[in-house]
Order: sequence, then C-alpha cells, then structure tokens
Amino acid sequence: MNELALLIAAMLSAGTPLAIATLGLLINERVGVVNLGAEGMMLIAAVCGFAVAFVTGNQWLGFLAGAVAGACAAALFGLLAVWLNTNQYATGLALTLFGGGLSAFIGIEFVGKKLAEQPKYDWPWLSDLPFLGTAFFKHHPMVYLAIFLAVAMVYLLYKTRLGLVLRAVGESPDSAHALGYRVRLIRLFALMAGGALCGVAGAYLSVVYAPLWVEGMTAGRGWIALALTVFATWRPLRALMGAYLFGGVTMLQLYLQGEGVQIPAQFMSMLPYLATIVVLVLISRNPTWIRTNMPASLGKPFYPT
Amino acid sequence: MSATAPPPRLALRHITKRYPSVVANEDVSLSVAPGEIHAVLGENGAGKSTLMKIIYGAVKPDSGEMLFEGRPFFAKNPRDARAHGISMVFQHFSLFDTLSVAENIWLGLDQSIRLDQVREQIAATAEKFGLPLEADRPVHTLSVGERQRVEIMRSLLTQPKLLILDEPTSVLTPQAVEKLFATLRQLAASGCSILYISHKLDEIRSLCTNCTVLRGGRVTGKVDPREESNASLSRLMIGAEPPLLLHRDAKLGAVALDVKQLTLKSDAMFGTNLDHISLHVREGEIVGIAGVSGNGQQELLAALSGENPRAPSQSVQLFGADIASAPPNRRRSLGLFFVPEERLGRGAVPVHSLAMNNLLTRHHELASRNALAWVSPARSRSLAKDIIARFNVKAGGDSAAAKSLSGGNLQKYIVGREISAKPKVLIVAQPTWGVDVGAAAQIRAELLKLRDEGCAVLVVSEELEELFELCDRMHVIAKGKLSPSIATRDASVELIGEWMSGLWTTPVAAESTTA
Repeated sequence: MNELALLIAAMLSAGTPLAIATLGLLINERVGVVNLGAEGMMLIAAVCGFAVAFVTGNQWLGFLAGAVAGACAAALFGLLAVWLNTNQYATGLALTLFGGGLSAFIGIEFVGKKLAEQPKYDWPWLSDLPFLGTAFFKHHPMVYLAIFLAVAMVYLLYKTRLGLVLRAVGESPDSAHALGYRVRLIRLFALMAGGALCGVAGAYLSVVYAPLWVEGMTAGRGWIALALTVFATWRPLRALMGAYLFGGVTMLQLYLQGEGVQIPAQFMSMLPYLATIVVLVLISRNPTWIRTNMPASLGKPFYPT
Repeated sequence: MSATAPPPRLALRHITKRYPSVVANEDVSLSVAPGEIHAVLGENGAGKSTLMKIIYGAVKPDSGEMLFEGRPFFAKNPRDARAHGISMVFQHFSLFDTLSVAENIWLGLDQSIRLDQVREQIAATAEKFGLPLEADRPVHTLSVGERQRVEIMRSLLTQPKLLILDEPTSVLTPQAVEKLFATLRQLAASGCSILYISHKLDEIRSLCTNCTVLRGGRVTGKVDPREESNASLSRLMIGAEPPLLLHRDAKLGAVALDVKQLTLKSDAMFGTNLDHISLHVREGEIVGIAGVSGNGQQELLAALSGENPRAPSQSVQLFGADIASAPPNRRRSLGLFFVPEERLGRGAVPVHSLAMNNLLTRHHELASRNALAWVSPARSRSLAKDIIARFNVKAGGDSAAAKSLSGGNLQKYIVGREISAKPKVLIVAQPTWGVDVGAAAQIRAELLKLRDEGCAVLVVSEELEELFELCDRMHVIAKGKLSPSIATRDASVELIGEWMSGLWTTPVAAESTTA
C-alpha cells in the first residue's frame, strides 16, 4: 500500500517537467509553430537554472533564470523561423544540437556540484493523512503549479479574447493578417512564452528533480513533450494526463528494476519511449480527433503580403 | 455642385499606381455620394482590385488624392481604414474554419467588447438587415452563402460609412444573390455608401445607380447602368461586344463516360462525400455540372481524373471499360484528358517552362519508344510552339515559365495542351475562371469545336452563364448529390438556382429512361 503511494508520488514528480514543457510547446503549436528545439531549450535552461541556484542558493532564482534562458533560446528560434522564414523543423533541430553543446560548455564548472539541502514540503494536516498524504501532499510547489498552469491554459485558450487570437493565428495566419493582427509578433511572443515554460521544466530537472547538473540530463524529455502535444491533440488537460502517464511508465520501470524483474535493464529503460511510439500510432488511427483540434497552419511558414 | 450639397462620401482624384511591368491605375477619378451604390466594372486585370486596395489602405498610390467625407485622407493600413469607417468584404473569405460565427466576428472588431455583447449585436443586426445567422455554429459547417453573410456581418458591426464588396456574387446561387441585393439596398437606404466591384453586367444594371468602367487601368466611362444595355456596358468594358458562339445541333455518338451510382467518402478535412452520383456523357455533346463550389465538385473531379482511384469498382466507366481504380496515366491512354481548376500547381508547374509543362500530361508521346523512354526536349519544345500558335497564347515563347503568363493565357495553353492531345473525353473544371472576356470566348469556342468533332466534354463550372452558353445538357451538384440532367433549352436560371440549393423533385432514377 505504501509502495503504491510512493509510486504515485514519484509519478507526479516525474510527470511535472514533462507537463510544464508540453504546455509550453502547446502554446507554440497553437499559433502554428513547431519548435523541435524543446530539448535544446530545456538543456540550456537546466544548466542556467542550476548555475543560478548554486551560486545564489535560492532555487526560485534558479527557476527564473531557467525561464529567461528558455525564452531567449525561443526568441532566437522565433527570429529565424518566424521573421526570416527558415524551415521550422531544420531550425528546431539546430536549436536542439546547439542547446546540447552550449549547455555542456556552460556546465563544465558545475559537474559534480551539489545544491544546498532543500526544505521538505509539507502541508499542515493534509500531509499526515495515511496514503493520500504520501501520494499527493509532500510535493515541491512546482508539481501543483503544473496542474494550475494546465487549468489556467484551458481558461486562456477557450475563454479569453487573447486565447481566441492565438487560436486564430494558428488556424489561418493569412486571415488574421487580413484582419490586421500582427501575426509574426504574436507568434514570437507565444514562442517566448512557450520557451519560458520549457525553461522552467528544464530548471525543475536540475534544481529539484535530480538535483544536479549532468550533460544531456534532459534525456529526451523535450522530444517526449513534443510527442505529448500530439498525444494530447493540443488540449491542455489531456497534456497533463499524458505527462503523468509517461511519468508513471518511467517510474514503473525503475520500480520493476528495483524489484529484480528478470528483464534486462536496457529494455526496461526503453519503455517510456516505446510507449510514446505506441500511443502516437494509436492516436493517428483516429484522424477526426486530430483534425478538429490541430491548428491548421501548424508548421507552415507565413509570408505577410 | 451647389454650396448646400453635402460633400461626397468618397472622392478619388487622378489616382495613378504603376507596377514595374504594368500601369495598374492611371488618372482614375471617381466620386461616391452617401447612400449610393456605385459599381466599378471592369475585366480581370483592369485595375479594379488595385484601386480598392488603395482605398482600403493596403496599397499606396504613386500620385493622386483621396477625399473621405470631404477631407483628404489616405488610410495607413486596413486597420486604420476600418477605424475611419471603410470596410471591405473580400472575394476570398478571411474566416477561421474551426471557430464559431460569433468568434469570427469578434476577431474582426477592434473595440474590446465581450463575446456575449457580440452575440447580441449579431442578433440585432441580423434582424435589421435580414441576415439570419446562428452565432454559435462553427464556420466550417456553413454554406458559402452563409459564410459570406458572416463576412458582411463582420463589416456591418464596425458600422462602416463605406462598404467595399469585391465580386461578392461569384460564389452565390441566383436566389442568394437576390437576398444579398435586398440587404445591400437596405444598407444603402440607411446611409452607408457601397462600392460594388464586378464584371457581371446584369447584376450591376439591377443593383447600382452609378457605374465607373475601367479598362487597362483607365476610366473608360461613367454611366448610369440602369439606362445602359449589356452590349453598351460591354463595349465600355472590353472595347467590343463579346463574340457570339456558334452552337450547332449535337450529333450524338456512343456513351463515352459513364458514372454509375458513385459513392465516395471525401479525404479532405471538411470535404463533401459523394452520394450515388450517376451521369453519362456521349460523344459529340457537352454536359455541364453547375453548383456552388464545395458541394462535391472537387471530389467528383478527383474520382473522374484518377487523382483519387478509390472509387468503387465499375462506378466509373470509359467506353464500357471499368476505370474506377485506374491511375490518371491509364485513363489518358484510353483517351480521357482533364483540365483542373487550379492552373498553377495542378495544371502546370509554375516555375517550369511551357515546354517542360507538356510533360505533365503528354510524356507518353514525347518519350522514345524503347525501354529507356528518354524524353525528347526538342519534341516538347515544338509541341509547345504548336500550342502557342494554334491557340493564340501570348507568351514569351516555349521557354517562358508557366507563372509568367497571365491567367487567361495560361488557361488557353493548358486547355490547348489537352485539346491537342485529341481526347475522346475531356473533363474541364472552371474553364474560364478569372479569365478575361476575350480569352474566355476563345476557350469556349474551342470546346464547342471539340464537341462538334465528336469528343465527349464534361464541364464543371460555377458560372451559370457559361454553362448555358456551352452545354447541351446540365446537371446540378448539391451536397454531394447530383440532380437529374435537363436539356439546356428547357432549363432556366431560376430552375437551376433552385436545384443548386438541393431542391430537385425528379427522382434521379428517372433519368436513365429519358436519356
């Protein structure tokens, strides 16, 4: 029983960076831009977040640094892909490679360093509940923030005029332009907001989850987040569910390894990635799901006339 | 003008706009009074669109001045124009398919009002101008006429003083045109000035009180269209009366193309499924398919041309042979040729030369007969030269890129390419869409000549006038269903218009007995 509670707690913790990054990419894709640079942005943010948290001793400054670093990386991508109309996919891949190299370079000083001990997070009374307390109420604030973000994004996208403009730009940039909206500027800001969220996710990995800096420590989470946007058919709450599902699979395989299940560890480590592929195949079998939610201009360049 | 008369709502004085290769507008002046419906008549390429873009702030003129309500004014951009009360309804809609009607309209309003207020305004304006709209329907479920109402509603809610409509009836059924005109007359009576751009003479004569005619960027006439005839307007517009077509009696041969109970699901996102479509075309006749675009024309054409080879077996037959799943090449080798609606991109590769573009549909003739099937560039060039000469295409020779030709000339070339392949069956989509009057007449004459030579021709078009001119029989397609055919001499515009809304009474099965 207690093991299940611990597994749920681990699932939420592992799903949180995926959830935040996926929500960030979801904003990007809602305005019609695919940013394959998620992995690179997360790595740059992870090392910047770790460095700032290490030097200042304040993890919140670390998160801020991660968000700023992510937004800057996204702005670079935006200038290239939105203003200069470079190919979105190639530019995103370049950003991932660039981010991997840059983060390794910045991080040389910080390899093997440890952050100051973090406080324990307890809710009064709630954390003492049997089972529920262990599973749900001993988490870092970011875990709850991710849930709040998903709900807030539903409100933003479907209840506000700003959300309507974002969806309109992703649906038909030409029409939005004809109505007088500044499509490229809107895309750039959405990209930066998404980059900032990816940055927070990266900083969460290095500051809270690990907490240390290792080269390439995002370990494909940026790619999984990209897959999750499709999995979620560009809906925030489904993105949250998907993130926890993958967090759960990751934790389950670690748990099973710990239990000494007779399957080679390498195969077990493949599980989350295999699950990604399987789920994407399953989703693609239902085209109407994707069609009704997919931003129509996704991945297409926009040339104002 | 007396001192007490109000200034015109809009006055243009000596507007000139030059592009590197062409003068779009030269010394154009016009004036629109408050509450006036003013027509701007001209062929494609006469400079109508450029002039409207200047008024709407999307293009800057080289010289000239514009007065709006008596004061000099040039809109900096479309948003600025809207803020000053100039609104425009585009020929190609600027709507968002997945959003609702209310959301679409909300996006076009600059003020920060709430969505439920927009709903109230829509209801009130719908009542006032007879523009029924359901605020919460997603736009992709609307018919084209309803979409246009959304566009017009969006313009009306900005409370324009001047409304510009660019070819608004090109997508409407005759009945929907009447409704639109009623709304526009009411709008004008309420004080709004309307600039109505069109090349359709009948519409202008029934709707507008003043008309400025443009030809080659210059004003060639300012008339009261109610006092003019189609012939006199046409003389102003193209400098000549449109040539009359020679329509000989049909000499019918065997059934060439036979479509039997074709039912096919659409692949497209918001496409139309074909529902038990039956038709046939005999040698020596032209059969037309009328209908508002988006009612299954694309899906039907894809199934007939072979672009979509998933039609059920036996549902498409060519001289009795089943070609339902045959690829386009095989259909061509059996004598079925096809002119698609999209000239650039489907009918021709824009950046390739005309000679290279011959390879798209004629590569069998141009290839050597041995196993290597080398293509002969020399033969392709001489074929291009032949087509250019025979069909009077204005182009910079066989090496000119397809995109360098004007719409009319490229269409002549593409139609010519297919006709010179000596087809047994020719399927043509929108043969004269966006083509000037002269070229359109020439293309229609060529199609009639082909028919007289014994070819079976199927024409899919949105222009009723054209179908009435060309066809021996007509069908109407609506919501993926095909009406029975009717001989053109028995048909009327009103009847076809009714059928276009899907209201035909004769059961489709009855057709086979009359054919």
